[in-house]
Amino acid sequence: MTVRQRLWRGVPYLILVLSVLPIIVGYFWLVLSSFMTRTEGLLPVGNLTLKHWSFLLEPPFGRGYPSIWRVTLNTFLIAAFMTIVVVLVSALTGYALSRLNFPGRKGFLSLTLILHAFPSVTLLIGTFFVLRALNLYNTSLGVGLVMVGFEMPFGIWLMKGFFDGVSWDMERAALIDGASRLQVWWQVILPTIKPGIAALAIFAFISGWNAWLIPKTFTIGAGQQATLSVYLQNFQGETVAVDWGSVTAVGLFQLIPVAIFFIFTQDLLLNIYSGGAKGGA
Amino acid sequence: MKVELENLTKRWGKFVGADGINLAIGDGEFVAFLGPSGCGKTTTLLMVAGIYKPSEGTIRFDGKVVNTVSPKDRNIGMVFQSYALYPHMTVYQNISYPLKLRKMPKRERRERAQDVADMMGIGDLMDRKPAMLSGGQQQRVALGRSLVKEPQLLLFDEPLSNLDARLRLSMRGEIKRLQMELGITSIYVTHDQVEAMTMADRIAVMKDGKLEAYAKPDELYDRPRTLFVAGFVGNPPMNFLKVEVTREDGEYRARAEGIDLLVPAERGEKAVIKGEVIMGIRPEDVSIADGGTQGEIYVVEPLGRDDLVDVRIGDIEIHVLANPTLGTKMGERTSLKFDTKEVQFFDPETEQSLIWN
Repeated sequence: MTVRQRLWRGVPYLILVLSVLPIIVGYFWLVLSSFMTRTEGLLPVGNLTLKHWSFLLEPPFGRGYPSIWRVTLNTFLIAAFMTIVVVLVSALTGYALSRLNFPGRKGFLSLTLILHAFPSVTLLIGTFFVLRALNLYNTSLGVGLVMVGFEMPFGIWLMKGFFDGVSWDMERAALIDGASRLQVWWQVILPTIKPGIAALAIFAFISGWNAWLIPKTFTIGAGQQATLSVYLQNFQGETVAVDWGSVTAVGLFQLIPVAIFFIFTQDLLLNIYSGGAKGGA
Repeated sequence: MKVELENLTKRWGKFVGADGINLAIGDGEFVAFLGPSGCGKTTTLLMVAGIYKPSEGTIRFDGKVVNTVSPKDRNIGMVFQSYALYPHMTVYQNISYPLKLRKMPKRERRERAQDVADMMGIGDLMDRKPAMLSGGQQQRVALGRSLVKEPQLLLFDEPLSNLDARLRLSMRGEIKRLQMELGITSIYVTHDQVEAMTMADRIAVMKDGKLEAYAKPDELYDRPRTLFVAGFVGNPPMNFLKVEVTREDGEYRARAEGIDLLVPAERGEKAVIKGEVIMGIRPEDVSIADGGTQGEIYVVEPLGRDDLVDVRIGDIEIHVLANPTLGTKMGERTSLKFDTKEVQFFDPETEQSLIWN
């Protein structure tokens, strides 16, 4: 290979590295500034310190506010609730939409698509009144249900797509082998679309874990129901100067579980496009 | 188990999948549903399986109406073209799945599955996943799974279509042998007339959702009742030409431009009433020999044992099976001898046989 050819080969890499550089710099700054007393622009000034991480030990806003652990638990519960409900309901709905013929099926399908494209922000005020009427305003359950509702159209479409990819023959074979409809769904179809379920579970969990708008709107301030994102916002109070060091530390703290989650599930996620029905030809 | 279909019909809105199918299958019989794609053979099979509900008509197993019986309670086994193995289960789990659903104890399940797997020659592959098997092995697993619960009726939906030609040939023999040994009543759906002819005791030929013929293979071959059956059964297919049949001096002659043939009296007398008819003659009943009908060789296709020669007599196209040693060449003039002993005549309008109806 001549030098010239070698240089040409490097060009795509150069372009790729340059395009992700801003993001890498961002993460680098995030980590760095959470351990530094101060930063100026992107550059750290001063000494290494752990003081920004003190929120782990004592509530930074005084006794009226929940501790970080309480907030983390809230966030986890909401994310887990969302994952379970979204996956279960989407998997059942998607199966029905993919396999059964019932009146209104077409209409339901288009409606879900429209809802998926619908900007949920515009529904916030209406939802507020519904929640208040149901006595669910300022509760974790209320927040969880609203988030589940907003995630459902996406989940249903994703699951329907995966069910569509499973051959009818496999389902028929299971029925003839002696399975009931529910057994077919649980023992034969669901295991073959595992990558799809994993993907939806991960999306749902992350969207629950990172949710800000809905928890912020349907809970009062940073009270006992606060989630991590809402909690994080307290550091950017309107009256005092923003403590960027603490903001980055809390941000990093919020990032850790998601990163760990990704490390363990990335194989499944990468499988999404190669999964589905094998075995047949 | 005996199977009877009476006026079996399946409609989706205006579309008719199967249209008034009537046929009876004897205990232990091997019946093939033969027809081109979209003829309703799979639809009919799925109604027998209980996957589709008939729009009209009845299905009887041993005299009992099973229209509303669910697939799992029909005690049937089915093999699919796609094999339809469960990709997340091992071979053992695939084969024993029907037994597991019957809540059979684990030890018994293991034994039964092993027996069936050994019979299918896949006893040493029990721990593999389907993705790690060849097409032929997957097919054996699918067969094993359909047999393990000792069904009273076996259904095959084009099971060999995804295999390569050689494997198809050997599996054809194996399935036929297996069916005979086990004596399980079987329905075999295929679009391949060779498969139907070689394997089945009786063949149901279907077209556009209707049953065209239901008879033994040799009867379909020798005594086709419709033009469609005559053209569909037999390889290479029968030659068809428009002729005028006349009676002259006590003899029956079939004439077209450039062709003048003497036909047997018992067949000719049935065609002469109609006059203008469609004549059918199989390629093996035509030969290349001197002193016959003159024509030109259009294409020669060597098949190994024979050459398939396409001869044109004016606008008429005749396929002939010829001995390769004759050295036929494209473009040459040639002469054809017709053996009219097995000649067929069909009504051009109704496409029904003038001889066998």
